[in-house]
Amino acid sequence: MTDLAWIDAALTSARPQAVGALLRYFRDLDTAEEAYQEACLRALKNWPEKGPPRDAASWLIMVGRNAALDGVRRKSKLTELPPEDMISDTDDVETPMAERLDGAHYRDDILRLMFICCHPDLPATQQIALALRIVSGLTVKQIARAFLVGEAAMEQRITRAKGRIAKGETSFETPGPAERAERLAAVMSMVYLVFNEGYSAGPNEAEPRARLSEEAIRLGRLLQRLYQTEPEVMGLTALMLLKHARAAARFDADGAIVLLDDQDRSSWNRDMIGEGLALIDKAMRHRRAGPYQIQAAIDALHARAATPEDTDWAGIDALYAALEILQPSPVVTLNRAVAVSKARGPAEALAMIEPLANALGGYFYFFGARGAFLLQLGRHAEARVAFDRAITLANTAAEAAHIRGQIDRLSADAAGRASAADRNPAGRKPAAPRLSGS
Amino acid sequence: MLYAVLCYNSEEAVFSWTQEQDAKVMADLAQVQQRWSAKLGPTARLMPTTAATTLRKGDTPLVIDGPFAETKEQLLGFYLINGDDLEDVLTFCKELGAVNPGGAYEIRPLHYFANGVLPADATAPRVSESA
Repeated sequence: MTDLAWIDAALTSARPQAVGALLRYFRDLDTAEEAYQEACLRALKNWPEKGPPRDAASWLIMVGRNAALDGVRRKSKLTELPPEDMISDTDDVETPMAERLDGAHYRDDILRLMFICCHPDLPATQQIALALRIVSGLTVKQIARAFLVGEAAMEQRITRAKGRIAKGETSFETPGPAERAERLAAVMSMVYLVFNEGYSAGPNEAEPRARLSEEAIRLGRLLQRLYQTEPEVMGLTALMLLKHARAAARFDADGAIVLLDDQDRSSWNRDMIGEGLALIDKAMRHRRAGPYQIQAAIDALHARAATPEDTDWAGIDALYAALEILQPSPVVTLNRAVAVSKARGPAEALAMIEPLANALGGYFYFFGARGAFLLQLGRHAEARVAFDRAITLANTAAEAAHIRGQIDRLSADAAGRASAADRNPAGRKPAAPRLSGS
Repeated sequence: MLYAVLCYNSEEAVFSWTQEQDAKVMADLAQVQQRWSAKLGPTARLMPTTAATTLRKGDTPLVIDGPFAETKEQLLGFYLINGDDLEDVLTFCKELGAVNPGGAYEIRPLHYFANGVLPADATAPRVSESA
């Protein structure tokens, strides 16, 4: 790796802390970002000659702060100076600054920076774009590519979102425990949104979007360093690692989605699985279950199974039951039913989803699963009705083709016993079914 | 003489590497390790400190999430090397550092060493084929 690549990685990793601290000094996001940019320019000039500093973030904060203050002074006729306590010590000394950073401040700085991206007025896509721009420092071009929109459109979207948060009230006081917990919860769901934006990408867009999943994992690790004893933060990072570990196996050579049961498990990323399992192991010791931990535990059971037949479906059933209590939702129950069909047979699974008919009456996966259970039970006529309904609700050609494959099989199998039916994988958000083989 | 070479680096920076950058560094390091294979003992790369747990000893031992020490650079891996002398080990470290910039290597001579035998099914996500 070249020195320049190393500097790049150091700047990237220092960014949330540096911009977060500069935001606290200047109480203005644009000023903070400009100050950080200026500091990065100086780092690129300075570090290759003099070697990188021991603490990149402190260096960037100090240099950025001084640069911005110079700018403020030059414009002082036009702009009011920040209050004295914000300028305070501008000595060119790294040590006192580094010591100050070791204090509790930096944790709240980073959390605040992430939290302002979670403004409730902003739609999810804007929260994600803003976080990628402000916290992760991705360029507008990179973000536009990930969202499959033009650069100008994304620039406009981000500017508009920034305008919204600039008008909002950002508290610069040190948050109390309750407020901190609230902020952390909002930030965790924002990080998971970033992850899912990458995870839900189709095969053709997988490459630029995979970047988003990786970025979300990085943010998860960052949160975990800030909140080392929070089991839900461990759960969130574990969940993202365990899901992303399967990235290479989720599409076949033709770009069709491959179901969990049919994935080549040797192409799962063992490093990510190992880290995910270690984290969930740590989290469970706290005995404070939460939705992220439970979802991670479900993915952990899939990860631990060497073959689909080794899957602990009874365990997955029990975990979904726990999730139903914490986060009741018809989709969770539907996913649980898939585990139940494996663990206890299709009759129980079918009985479990009958009450969902109203809530999920317009949901493709409901009818896909219902059809599959009926098929397993040999109730072919009813299965056919369910599959027909699923086809009308399919969101993509791949989904429709998958169901058509089921119907073909139904016809071919009419006399014999039903083969093991395809099913929804037991993910929370059901993945699209694969294109049925010839 | 046996030495431990403890590898410290900023894990935030290291875990910001892209997969390609990471793979390149690991491949370059493998070449250095290959050159020194006659002297090298166990080699390990550690998971990030977010995966660490610390047991603080005491009458009631305390289990703490996270690494033992909060430092600017973290212990990310280690080597055991049968070096001729300190100069020899420093040469090894310089070769490692040339392909993996940033951070530091701490060289610690060993006081006691037992070459334990790990069971055949002892595992990590990645195990060297030559092991």
